[in-house]
Amino acid sequence: MASLIQLLVSGLATGAIYALIAVGFTLLWQTSQTINFAQGEFVMLPAFFVLAAVNFGTPFWLAALIGIAVSVVILGLLFKLIVVDPMLRYGVLPLVISTIALSLLLKESAKDFYSSQAQPFPALVPATDIHVLGAVISTQSLAVLAVAIATVAMLHFVLNKTRLGRSMQATAQNPTLARILGIPVQRMVLYTFLINAALVAIASILISPIYLAKFTNGETLGMAAFLAAIIGGFNQVRGAILGGLILGVLDNLSAAYLSSQYRAAFPLLILIVVILFRPQGLLGRVEERTV
Amino acid sequence: MNRLGIAAIAIGVLVAVVAPFLLKPFGIYLISMWAVLTVAAIGLNLTLGYAGQVSLAQGAFVGIGAYTVALLTQAGYPFALAFVAAGLLCFIIGWLLGYPALRVQHHYLAFVTLAFTTLVFLLLRNEQWLTNGIYGINGIARPIFFGWSSVKPLNFYFFCLTALAVLSFATWWMLRSPWGRAFVALRENPVRAASIGVDTRRYTLMAFAIGSSLGGLAGALYAPLVQFIEPGSFALNLSFNLLLMVIVGGSGYFFGPFVGALIAVLLPEWMRVAEGYYLIVYAALIMVMMAFCPSGLLGLAERLLKPVARRGRLEPILRAKEAAQ
Repeated sequence: MASLIQLLVSGLATGAIYALIAVGFTLLWQTSQTINFAQGEFVMLPAFFVLAAVNFGTPFWLAALIGIAVSVVILGLLFKLIVVDPMLRYGVLPLVISTIALSLLLKESAKDFYSSQAQPFPALVPATDIHVLGAVISTQSLAVLAVAIATVAMLHFVLNKTRLGRSMQATAQNPTLARILGIPVQRMVLYTFLINAALVAIASILISPIYLAKFTNGETLGMAAFLAAIIGGFNQVRGAILGGLILGVLDNLSAAYLSSQYRAAFPLLILIVVILFRPQGLLGRVEERTV
Repeated sequence: MNRLGIAAIAIGVLVAVVAPFLLKPFGIYLISMWAVLTVAAIGLNLTLGYAGQVSLAQGAFVGIGAYTVALLTQAGYPFALAFVAAGLLCFIIGWLLGYPALRVQHHYLAFVTLAFTTLVFLLLRNEQWLTNGIYGINGIARPIFFGWSSVKPLNFYFFCLTALAVLSFATWWMLRSPWGRAFVALRENPVRAASIGVDTRRYTLMAFAIGSSLGGLAGALYAPLVQFIEPGSFALNLSFNLLLMVIVGGSGYFFGPFVGALIAVLLPEWMRVAEGYYLIVYAALIMVMMAFCPSGLLGLAERLLKPVARRGRLEPILRAKEAAQ
């Protein structure tokens, strides 16, 4: 029982990070039909921005803010202007290929310009354990959960309670109608790219103390984001959150109780089952098919 | 086919036959690899270029084919049998995977096939009793046909080239048969194809299964070429690379895979000067190409040669987009 609680808490912590990545992924899809195959590399990279800032001697909290700001500019603004915008008129496929190439580019750049070795990354809080009902829970897991929940709550507030957020939702649901209502659609699309960049940067800062900062991190993280988004529902923010949490918990439980060799296989099997029987995802809406 | 095209094909065949006599063993190995990868890319081009489905499973099918041949030949079965078995097995697996997966389309298929590739990699790595796990399979023999041995690099290259010629001719013949023209219809206008009675789902499935089977046959050539296989060679990277080959060459063009595979094999060698940075340059080039000419190098060539009467694949889409705006 104690070990189950431990596994659940650490699973929820990783799951919350997956959820952040998946939420950004689905936001891009909803507003601009961008399927970002480089999303995993987007999570890998900000950790290196932070480390570079730390190497200059800035304190960690400032370095983290710099890392987020640099990510918003590079992975948000420049990504949209340089990679996505010229490609939108060709439809979905060329952009998919382009983001696959971008993932290769970012991975190799991190390797060649920073280091091919895994880099230690400072943790948010000092690593101590708390004993609850006999279970040992690390403060790191709790800190990760707290930051992730706060981030999602803030995002939820912005999207649902502010005029800006409702404009963004309108853009996602029906761009033509949104334009007629006077919503600056292009600017709203840009905002989702900036939000995605901030989300992946936060996820990067949360996950790097656990996984270390390494150029190959994006492969597993990107996969986790796809899986979470599809399992939960591609067109729903709360779907992506649910998918991320399921994935994190499942990953931990299956590794502990079923088979550690095949731990990577269980989420894939769930993915296949979901796609076959509920292709819109657990919480998703059925999308109209356009000819 | 116009005169220019025939001349280009004739020059290509001539170069493919003469080149190995002028090359060192490593060069021969590279062009053999080109022939093998081209077979796999032709298969993927059927799925991507004709049926319009993004598949990230082709690398896994190459792996299944390679392991089938390695295991069967080491168990004492003749190469020809193993070769056919590899193609057949991948056809069946492709059918079984495609049947449910093609219910969902576009990006969903990309993710299902991505999951499939990862599952195959895990199986190859973890089922040690069958595949020898991460240690791989060593000493895969090159075949001997009626006393003609393909052990020497030069001979093996001509064996690969013959296989490529036969398989690409078979694909070409299939695509221009009345039955195969439906594949082109799938690419040009799936809605219209369906409305005139083409069972689009069945044809998409056929394209996927035949494409997978070509992937398996490429694997059957790959195993005796490198003579050592391990699970890592068939991980997601290979599937991504094959996809990029088809795109770079020009998806939907019959000779696109030939060009794409050639670039994928030669570029790292040409760019030895750039050392580790070559992948960065390669990735950047692909992104630039996607922005300016998503129909690949052959699409670019077509656009340059026929500036007026071009009928690219994207034209109707672009026109529709313009009309909508």
